[in-house]
Order: sequence, then structure tokens, then C-alpha cells
Amino acid sequence: MKKIILSLIILGLFSFQGLMAETYQISVNQFVEHPALDAVLQGFKDYMKDNQIQVKYKVHNAQANMGTATQIGQQILGEESDLIMAIATPSAQACARALEKAPMDLRRPFLFTAVTDPVAAGLVTNLKKPGGYITGVSDLMPIEKHLKMLLTFNPNIERLGFMYNPGETNSTVLLKTLKKLTARMGIKVIDGTATKTSEVYQAAKSLIGKVDAVFIPTDNTIISGLESAIKVGTQFKLPIFAGDVDSVKRGAIAAMGFNYYKHGYQTGAMAKKILLGANPGQIPVEFQKELELHINTKYAKLMGVTPPKSLLKIADKIYSK
Amino acid sequence: MTFYAALGAVEQGFAYGIMVIGVYLTFRILDFPDLTVDGSLPLGASVSAVAITNGIDPYLSLIFAIIAGFIAGAVTAILNTKFKILHLLASILTMIALYSVNIRIMNGPNVALLGVETVFDPLITMGIPPHLAGLVLFSIFAILVAILMIWFLHTELGQAVLATGDNAQMITSQGVNTHTMIILGVGFSNALVALSGALVAQNQGASDVGMGIGTIVAGLASVIIGETVFGCRTVFRAFIAALLGSILYRLAIALALGMELGNFRFNPSDLNLITAILVIIALITPNIKKRLIQR
Repeated sequence: MKKIILSLIILGLFSFQGLMAETYQISVNQFVEHPALDAVLQGFKDYMKDNQIQVKYKVHNAQANMGTATQIGQQILGEESDLIMAIATPSAQACARALEKAPMDLRRPFLFTAVTDPVAAGLVTNLKKPGGYITGVSDLMPIEKHLKMLLTFNPNIERLGFMYNPGETNSTVLLKTLKKLTARMGIKVIDGTATKTSEVYQAAKSLIGKVDAVFIPTDNTIISGLESAIKVGTQFKLPIFAGDVDSVKRGAIAAMGFNYYKHGYQTGAMAKKILLGANPGQIPVEFQKELELHINTKYAKLMGVTPPKSLLKIADKIYSK
Repeated sequence: MTFYAALGAVEQGFAYGIMVIGVYLTFRILDFPDLTVDGSLPLGASVSAVAITNGIDPYLSLIFAIIAGFIAGAVTAILNTKFKILHLLASILTMIALYSVNIRIMNGPNVALLGVETVFDPLITMGIPPHLAGLVLFSIFAILVAILMIWFLHTELGQAVLATGDNAQMITSQGVNTHTMIILGVGFSNALVALSGALVAQNQGASDVGMGIGTIVAGLASVIIGETVFGCRTVFRAFIAALLGSILYRLAIALALGMELGNFRFNPSDLNLITAILVIIALITPNIKKRLIQR
């Protein structure tokens, strides 16, 4: 009797599962553990959950090793998922290459996210019409908006410090755009470079007395060592601004930001379209739609800056402790 | 482990195997712990990538990579022999300098190699399916390199290099200049590492300044896995063991990537830990087997 009941329960469970909507499988190739990239994945997963899309994830993390990222690309081919997603440029390139040489029947729709310049990375040739089985979301920062915010804080900025790792494409791309913009306004950009997190402190110190404010873009190396830059900023009254809102909580004065969680959420919306049958090659590459303004009044004071009322009024979040 | 994961691991094993042979040359034969490789692997990749994007034949680009690698190794060796800087420090200095050099060469941190002509294209036109082209090409290259190195070590010059690592005093008294031997050896080693980097870059679709991180770790692990599992009594056996060690190391990563025990799924961040454990198992198994047989 017990056996019959048990088998009935099991049978019931199976049929229940059968009644539910289809479960998709998504393989993920993430380059490294990092608060921003983790937030992208979380945002993606939450979009799927909020839209009642059943997904089984196969998440792989290359732990910042490019050789491993390549192997993950091939690993994912064998998983035969419904969709492949790559987070950050090196992983996206590895997946694109694996798909390029894969037999036709193993090719799957491929979505990249948190890639700053998909064209320079060789992922697509045309942002409007990616073609093939590839599309994605770019995290190119709208640097004009950042610059405008900086000038609202202090209209007299003449020399702007830019901290970055010359080994990161995302930052070098931004620096080029920034230099073009500032040249027209007569602002001088001064580099503070660090190739490792342990060099951030020195890089920040090298800017003291040379600049009126420091801007930290979405640079993985600098953001990882942000606290040491903040320390220099408070000690020497050097105002430090950031490119992502998560850094404001950690002590940057303000950011016109980029919320990586929302970035992932937006990627999720694209994934839904593809899972429901859209052709990735026909979907234009998207950029981050929503920006948020976060301000940290406590650190602004420590760095000798008074946030303008006009900005405080429109800020999405204000940290005062 | 799926078929494609295994295929990818063997392919990577051969591609990085060339680097492992280079590491074997310095680490075991010359007794020269050389960290230059973390910089010379991306150096080979950058030189090759820039050459290809400038319209140079992919195979010719490999030659450029080899030359660049040799120079990098020679710089380390000259710093060590002529200027008496400790070998570890000399190689670290070259390695960190190469980070900036590589960015200069690529004019940025990353050069994409997607959709351009690569070393695989001739094989694909010959009718080899694209997903097998890498495996075929890398195995040919790796075995050729191993054969060349074995042949080299049997020549008079090669014997002098071998002796320099074994007993420098003896070989000096024979009238051989050990400095030249070290410069040659470390140069050759890094030439191989750069070749490996060039092939890896073309296979992964990009050359990236960060791709060298952990090269020495993978190289040493592969050398030691190969020695422990396959033995190293003769030069021939040692090089084959180095290659097989590299494949085993990549298989361990593939195995760790695909690990799913029942309902308990490892966290993606556990990858390095699991890889380490698998390598430890590979290393202690022969030992345990020996003990069991003795009993």
C-alpha cells in the first residue's frame, strides 16, 4: 500500500511538472567574481523570475583566467543549452570563438553583457544589425552625462584626474572619449594609472596637487581597491567621483550611475525575446537605458565639497552616514 | 564531462603544452626558475595578433612571436648572468616590464582575432571540420616541438645546455661559456612560450594583456603532474610527460567545470579549489599505488 501511495505521489509530482511551463537551460560564462559582474547575473536571474520564466542555469566562472574562459566556451557547447550568455569582454570573445568553430547543430543564440565596446572586441561589426546568432548589451558609460554632473559640482574644474588600469579595454575606450570631450571644453585630463589593486594608493597619491577632482570609471582594478583612493581623497581633500553607483556607498562623492543590477535586468529582457523565438542577429545591441544619481554627503564633506542643492533634489539615493 | 569539454581540454592541453615544454627547459634542465613566461605568453600573442590584423600571414606571425619570445628570455638571462641579478628577480623584472610592452605593441589591452584569417584556415579548406582543426594543428605543433627539443638536447650544443644545469663547474672547466648556454636556454624556453601564446590567442579569438596571469602556475603544475604520473627517466620520456601533464591539467579543469554530484552543485567560484584537489589526487595516486603493491 505504502508503495502505491509513494508511486502516486511521484507520479503526481511528475505530471505537475509537466503542467508547468517549459524549462529553459541557460549556460553562463562569467569572467571573474566581482560585485558589478555578480550584480549583472543577479539582475538577469531576477528578470527571469519576475517574468515567470523557468530557467535551469549552468554558471561557470573563469576566475580571471583567460585560458579557463576558453575552456568554458567549449564546455558550454557540450551543454547544448537554449541560450548562451557571457559576462565581460574576455569571456564573450572566448564564447564567440567557440561558437564560430562549432558544428552547425551546436550553435546556440549567444548574448553578451557588460561588454564596453562590442565592435572593438570583434563580437559584432554592426551595432544595429549584429547578424548571425549574436547580440547583447553594452556597458559603455555615457561619459558626457558624467562630465556634466562633475561640472555641476564644481564649474571651475580645469584639471581632471582619471584613474584606470591601462590593461583594461573598457577604461582605455572611455579615456579616449573623455579626452575628446574635454579638449573642446579646455579641461586637461591627467592619468593616474595602476596595474594592480595594490598600486591604487600610489596612483591616487600621484594626483595630489595636480588635479581639481578625480574621476574613477568602471575600472575593475581601481574599483577593487577603491578604499585606498578614498583614503587619499579624505586626507588631502581631493574630491573623488565614480562611474558606478555601488562605489558611492563605499565613499565616492557621487556617481551618475550605472547600476549593474539593472544592466543584468535589461539583458534578461533581451534573453526573453530570444527564448520566445526572436532571431538574435536581428536584435540591435542595446545600451544601458536608466541612469541613477547617488550622492554621499558624508564623504563630500570629508573631501571638502558641498553638493549643489539642484543635484540633491534629483538624487535617487543619498548616503549621509 | 561532455565530448566537447574533453575535446577542448585536450586541445588546450596541446596548445599550452608547448609552453610547458618551455617551462621544463628552464625549470628542470637549466635549474633556472623563470617567471618571464607570465609576460612572454601574452607577448607572443600580441605580436602575432598585431601582425595578423596588419595583413601578415598567420604562420609568418608565429615566427615573429618566436623571435620576440626569444628576445624576452634573453633579456632575463642577460640580467642574470652579466649583471648578476638573482634569476627570480631578473625574470620578475622582465615580466612586469612586458606588461607595458605588450600594451604598447597592441596599442591597447586587447586585440580581437574574431573573423580574421588564422592558422586554422588552411586546415579548414583542406576539409577538416573547424572544431577539430585546433586539436589537429596543436597536436602536430606540440609533437614537432617536443621532437625538435629532444633532437636539440642530443646535439653538442644541447649537451652543453644540459650540462650547464647539471654541473656548471664541470662544464666551465671543459671550456664552455655557461653564460651563453643560459642565455640560449632561457631564450629558447621563452620562444616556445611565445609560440604557445600566439596559438592560444588565435584559438581563443583575442590577444589580451591579462592572458599571461597564472602561466607559470599552470606550467609548473603540468610539469610536475607529468613527471609524477608518467615518469622522467630519459629526456624523451620527460618531454612526452610534460605534454601529457599539460593535457591532464586541462582535463582536471574540464572535470571541475562539469562537476555535478547528485543535487549538490558546486559554486562556480569553487573552480580553482576543485582543480587543485583533482591535481592533488593525480599526484598522490601513483604513490599510494606503489605502497599498496609493496605490501
